[in-house]
Amino acid sequence: MRKEFRDSINTALHNPNLTGALGRFSEAYRVSRAKAYEGIDFEAVRAQIADRKGYAASHLDELAERFTEQIEARGAKVFRTDSPAKVREYILNLAQQNGVKTIVKSKSMASEEIHLNPFLEKAGIEVRETDLGEWIIQLAGQTPSHMVMPAIHMTKEEVADVFSDKVEQGQPPDIPKLVKFARGKLRAKFLSAEMGITGANIAVAETGTLVIVTNEGNARLVTTLPKIHVAIVGIEKLMADFADVVPVLTALPRSATAQLLTSYVTMVSGPVPNTDGTPKQLHVILMDNRRTEMSRDPKFKQALQCVRCASCLNVCPVFRLVGGHVFGKVYTGGIGTILTAWFDALKASDEIQSLCIQCGNCTQVCPGMIDIPGLILELRRRLAVEKGQPLAQKAIFSVVNNRRLFHSMLRTASLAQKPLAKDGFIRHLPFFLGEMTEFRSLPAIAETPLRDRFAKIEQRVAEARANLQVGVQATTTTSGVPPTATQSAELQSQESDVDAGLKARSTESTRIPTTATATDATQKRRSTPHEKAAFYSGCLIDFAYPEMGESVVKILNKAGIEVIFPEGQTCCGAPARFSGAYEVAAKNAQDNIDALLSQDVQYVVSACPTCTVALKHDFIANFESLGQTESLPRAHELAAKVTDFSSLVKKLVDEGRLTFKEGRQLGKVTYHDSCHLKRTLNVSEQPRELLTKAGYEIAEMYEADMCCGMGGSYSLKLPEISAPILERKLKNIKDTGAPLVAMDCPGCVMQIRGGLDKDGAAIKVEHTAQRLAEELE
Amino acid sequence: MQAIFEQFKLRAEAVSAEVHRFPYKAAALDFIVRYLHEAGIADSPGSYAVWADGTFLRSVNKQELAACVPGLSFEVTRENAAAAKVGISQLDWAMASTGSLVQDAAPIERRLASTLPVIHIAIIETSRLLPDMPAVFGKIRPEQTNYISFITGPSRTADIERVLTIGVHGPEKLIIVFVDEMAGVN
Repeated sequence: MRKEFRDSINTALHNPNLTGALGRFSEAYRVSRAKAYEGIDFEAVRAQIADRKGYAASHLDELAERFTEQIEARGAKVFRTDSPAKVREYILNLAQQNGVKTIVKSKSMASEEIHLNPFLEKAGIEVRETDLGEWIIQLAGQTPSHMVMPAIHMTKEEVADVFSDKVEQGQPPDIPKLVKFARGKLRAKFLSAEMGITGANIAVAETGTLVIVTNEGNARLVTTLPKIHVAIVGIEKLMADFADVVPVLTALPRSATAQLLTSYVTMVSGPVPNTDGTPKQLHVILMDNRRTEMSRDPKFKQALQCVRCASCLNVCPVFRLVGGHVFGKVYTGGIGTILTAWFDALKASDEIQSLCIQCGNCTQVCPGMIDIPGLILELRRRLAVEKGQPLAQKAIFSVVNNRRLFHSMLRTASLAQKPLAKDGFIRHLPFFLGEMTEFRSLPAIAETPLRDRFAKIEQRVAEARANLQVGVQATTTTSGVPPTATQSAELQSQESDVDAGLKARSTESTRIPTTATATDATQKRRSTPHEKAAFYSGCLIDFAYPEMGESVVKILNKAGIEVIFPEGQTCCGAPARFSGAYEVAAKNAQDNIDALLSQDVQYVVSACPTCTVALKHDFIANFESLGQTESLPRAHELAAKVTDFSSLVKKLVDEGRLTFKEGRQLGKVTYHDSCHLKRTLNVSEQPRELLTKAGYEIAEMYEADMCCGMGGSYSLKLPEISAPILERKLKNIKDTGAPLVAMDCPGCVMQIRGGLDKDGAAIKVEHTAQRLAEELE
Repeated sequence: MQAIFEQFKLRAEAVSAEVHRFPYKAAALDFIVRYLHEAGIADSPGSYAVWADGTFLRSVNKQELAACVPGLSFEVTRENAAAAKVGISQLDWAMASTGSLVQDAAPIERRLASTLPVIHIAIIETSRLLPDMPAVFGKIRPEQTNYISFITGPSRTADIERVLTIGVHGPEKLIIVFVDEMAGVN
């Protein structure tokens, strides 16, 4: 990471106007967006948009031809080109041929993409942005800090200063007056300009129609007053049918500015009369600039489904801290990172892609259903391929992947830490490592990792099963259905299986344990065979928090499930994947699949959501992206058995195999949703329900599902961003007044526990498993 | 129709438009003339009113009307629209779900009257009110008209400190006048 980039991050972080405005906006946005979508089925609307824009992205040539035919038949002229330079030349020629001295523009990201303004200005033409925010930025000589609200980082005082310095002295910092001032000054420009330039939000092929969405009314003036109208349209704006406009107009204003519809929507399908009765010159430039190439890329094609609403910026925990300036001059935020990589150059995204913490917030709100974090990972992978993996990183992965070596290194380190560790925390580290402990304490490495403790854990399965059987028989008696002879025999044989230990059961072992809804006694008996679960610990539970793993074993034992720890398990590959090192991740996947499928188990359970996602989804994705199809069947076999801790426990509670102690009143707890659990595994109610049943009262914190800033190695690479994200989280936790915060992710525990320790707040931070282990019968 | 109208009114008022409804054209015309007088329309730049042609004006005696409101013109030009306080134009469709109006704006005078003046009075026949966007899209024909405008409330911006401010480049007031019975004489 270059120093300039780090500096730009720090400048942004220390600009209170920027972080204040963006922070307040992101909070207000969440509420107002939800209100704007009331009565609308967002999932249905975005499925429609993704479908129609996806179709368009596969038919760009065809739609461009259709559009051209339609609008040219009515007298417009269409110029299609791949080259930004040709777009600039076309406009300059047109301006010079028509003696154009002044151009008024309404907002066009495509024109910003090709740096049109400086080019035309160099040729002696005055170019005026007329969108208020864009005009302010243009006068101030700055770049937009947000795609929809370009001047959000400026205060009214700063705007007044810019107006006073650049336009007319003595403007007061009064917003209505500043707006009125802009209206007056720009009105004169609208009336005198000979050419108007706009972008377009949609270009409809069927009817040859440009759809332009604005609030200020500037696009209406730009397309009405000057005699020449030039529309610069990225070809991804093409859509097949006029009816396709409906879902986009339903989502775009709601997602962009939480409006039901913007003040103005303008549909231009051909030249209209000028004020002197002559027909307007209408030129449409269909600009490619690598969009066709993008549409042929199986991964990145979906990025053409973007409607430029910027909602991915508004919900991003990183963007609201750093704003748009660190991203460069044109496209900002998550989607901006992807567009920059294509429309500028892959290497232009090298630094900005590292800003993504992979929390997945944007995937929940994107109207184009674009997997933004997934595509950013793909950029990371391609950059890693292009540049080669850095040596230091290579060295780290070779250690991480060799569990024995990693063990011994961590053990050595844990001994070396002894003088630094106190109450299970490391609060300061020497030298450059100090950054890691600046804003949170780190957990001390456990003396004995879970893998070495595991064999010594006493598993009380037989006892639990005996109790369960009594329970089942009692239920059977009350429901009046006595067990049949065969069923009794089956039960007994299951019991003897337990006694025999490891004997595998052929019928039950292939059952995929996901949809059990057993309620009656017969089914209940069937659902309590001798079941076994493989525990996948992941690094943090193995080395730092073995007690979490012990809690999981204790709980599953109570349901009559024996837990094994396959020794061959290694790193889940998430760190490698998140660094773009897919080959390393695939090797991890292979080793883990071999280990976890080596014994016949019903479940593979993990108490780390990131690991669960890796086991359930990423192994498959990794093999697919590397073309290692021969590994896919086993990856799917594993995925079918994988479950996160809370989902499994909830299932066991629902089946009556786990019962909470009665009448417990445990007081308030607040629950933090971990990113991958909530947004990839869609689990958020299960842990809350379990904690409530155990006797806790849930006190919801503000933004419970906002990232804590951990993001695996993110907090080590960008501690300056991780720290303020954590700070917000800690405040929200403290505001609930709960003495305990629970979560399902050891990474979040590390971040939040470490933060609260530094902070000095007396709030306990625990994995849900630890809380539940004591509360079950 | 009443329920749809109520929804339209609610939505349009929520975005700072004014909504009025009259059973007959005569009553609507009275309202507009009174409004123009109260707005101080006069024959001087900055105080003009311009009225773009539409079916509402059929059977209206324009000369009489112009005499009654000095400064009101039915010839909409770039110059007098830019110096007008009030612009009046007729709209083609209304959309209840968002409180929006839809206009075939290919004729230049309709665009001038609805974009340049400070206040826009929008006349719409009540029977042209449709429930939602799919219904409106079933009616409009972009292949038949080169410029269609959707108008939802007055012009607005939140570009400075996210403070909503009404009236940037377009009208700062939108007065919507529904007329149930457009036929018939004054």
